[in-house]
Amino acid sequence: MKIARGVLIVFLLLMPAFAWADDTVYRYPIDDSYAATILGTPQKLRPELSGEVPVKTMILETDLKKPEIFFYDHGLRYTVAFQDRKAPLIFLIAGTGGSSRSSKMLALVNNLYRAGFHVVALPSPTSSNFIINASTSHVPGNLAEDAADLYQTMEQIWNVSKEHIEVSDFFLAGYSLGGTEAAFVAKLDEERKVFDFRRVLMLNPAVSLYSSVSRIEGLLDGIPGGPRRIGAFFNQMMAKSTDFYRKGDFVAIDDDFLYAAYQAQLLNRNEAGGLIAVSFRIGSAGMIFTSDAMTNGGYVIPKNKVLKNSDSLDDCFWTSLHLSFLDYFNEYFYPYFQSRYPGLSKEKLIEALSLKSIEGYLASSNRIGVITNEDDFILAQGELDYLRRVFGPRLKVYPCGGHLGNLEYRDNMAFLIDRLRSATW
Amino acid sequence: MFRYIIHLFISLGLALYLTGCAASNAHIASEIPPMHTVSEFSDDESVSHTEDPWEGFNKGMYKFNYEADRFFFLPVVNAYETATPHFVQTGVSNFFANIREVRTLYNGILQAKGKKSLVTIGRFLTNSTIGIGGLFDLATSFGWRQQYEDFDHTMETWGVGTGPYLVLPLLGPNTVRSAGGFAVDGGVRWAIMNGIDPFGGTGARTEIETGITALETVDLRHRESFRYYESDYPFEYYMVRYIFSEHRELTSIK
Repeated sequence: MKIARGVLIVFLLLMPAFAWADDTVYRYPIDDSYAATILGTPQKLRPELSGEVPVKTMILETDLKKPEIFFYDHGLRYTVAFQDRKAPLIFLIAGTGGSSRSSKMLALVNNLYRAGFHVVALPSPTSSNFIINASTSHVPGNLAEDAADLYQTMEQIWNVSKEHIEVSDFFLAGYSLGGTEAAFVAKLDEERKVFDFRRVLMLNPAVSLYSSVSRIEGLLDGIPGGPRRIGAFFNQMMAKSTDFYRKGDFVAIDDDFLYAAYQAQLLNRNEAGGLIAVSFRIGSAGMIFTSDAMTNGGYVIPKNKVLKNSDSLDDCFWTSLHLSFLDYFNEYFYPYFQSRYPGLSKEKLIEALSLKSIEGYLASSNRIGVITNEDDFILAQGELDYLRRVFGPRLKVYPCGGHLGNLEYRDNMAFLIDRLRSATW
Repeated sequence: MFRYIIHLFISLGLALYLTGCAASNAHIASEIPPMHTVSEFSDDESVSHTEDPWEGFNKGMYKFNYEADRFFFLPVVNAYETATPHFVQTGVSNFFANIREVRTLYNGILQAKGKKSLVTIGRFLTNSTIGIGGLFDLATSFGWRQQYEDFDHTMETWGVGTGPYLVLPLLGPNTVRSAGGFAVDGGVRWAIMNGIDPFGGTGARTEIETGITALETVDLRHRESFRYYESDYPFEYYMVRYIFSEHRELTSIK
């Protein structure tokens, strides 16, 4: 079985692209949802891209006073690729912790530029750069507030860009948490009409933030010793990989190495899931620390401490890595909003962090659509059916791909671009 | 080589100055311990095994490198990339890589790595002759992949410990041992250059050698895509430190 699967994957990787160009069967090659999430799409199965894309990272200067340890931060960093003629403009929102230059973002920038769009990529409201420069509260995770901050940022970027480009109309897309945020931004745009988005696409979005994050955190229950032992678990995984690397004929830690490891079934499902959760923790540690530093919240940094560049953050890093997103929610996020809105219950707050809170808008707006996967593990039981009910024909579900593993697969990219352009769903 | 030592001293002074400033600021409000501290999580295994007793200094140096990049190296590298066509940049990179084959060769021999040394001799001879003084890397297309060895690896095979983590000015993440290795490799190169004295008859030896060193420095930065603080991650210093030591371990496996 193991050999058969390996042979099958090699066969799929080697098959020339045109062989299934107009086949109706979906051929994304990785059927395990965790493996797909980690490995993404093999280079050979991505769209062929030729010619240079004028990708530039820009800084939107903000005059916010920031703590000294963020001395390297000079403003909000966003990434653009502009056409030299009149074209539609698309804004992109990154997933949890992602910058405007994360690899998924750059893949979208490149493909959408080639499809004829002006592209403006924004960091996630949960990224340090956004928390420091563009977040009004500096406490990320509140979808409605983050959407308002995103909208304001988009307006500012549009104001500095509009002299240089000619735009026909506006589009919006986001992946993962960025997809969920795109829905809230779209709703805001319905009221303010600055952009009047023609199409909005949510790629592998969370339905309920709290439930998705709980599911990702839950992956750590499967590692030896549970969530408190992520350090030991990580060391084991590194030792395993190093050993595999030593024994094989590899030149570098690259895609080839990762595929070989996958084919050899180096990791079992609990281990693969654990690694996904650890990488999520690494992102959320940055978010927790930055928010705490910006608000003087006394959560992982001593209250009133003025951190200097020379101060060691080693202990702070270790502490932040061991705090789950749910700790952040219960001990930091919820008390913060409770102090702003006395009487706010935890249940009400959890409800507000869900697509269900804007369900009426989502069900009635013909502009907004969703692309996701049957096996996307950030969706709880029943949430896929919920999406089917609310979005109807505006929902596309692929049979596999995990969480965003198939984003760069050529069929997915072609479909995504087609959905943006087409007048019907 | 001498140039690097001067740089080292200037930057050491600068870094001490920078860290000195940081310590002198007075706190206004009194500090209150945070809700969570590291002591709660001491039952987990630590991930990084890198000794970093000079962290304050290292972080100052890390910052210095960021500023040096920002105000000097990256503008120079950008100008270089704009002014020269791609094939010239590749030629320059190949040329210096070819010179560095000598380092890989003698370190390979010192570690008794026969296959690596032979491949390196083959590469060096091929690229120096039909590759026109190293401008073209034909050896790779013949299937001889570039090898890497340095005196740091040699010391490792001799059983010398890495010593603490050390961020060097301009060169970035190192250990005390790799810094020593770098100095030895630089010294060997200087001795070889002195022995051959290729520019001795030109009457402008110092100028030519300075120009070559400058070009090599620009080429090194041009080929290195890492940018300090580009990750926007507040714990970047620790991630880089970890990745550096893991990478070092993996390259010394083969």
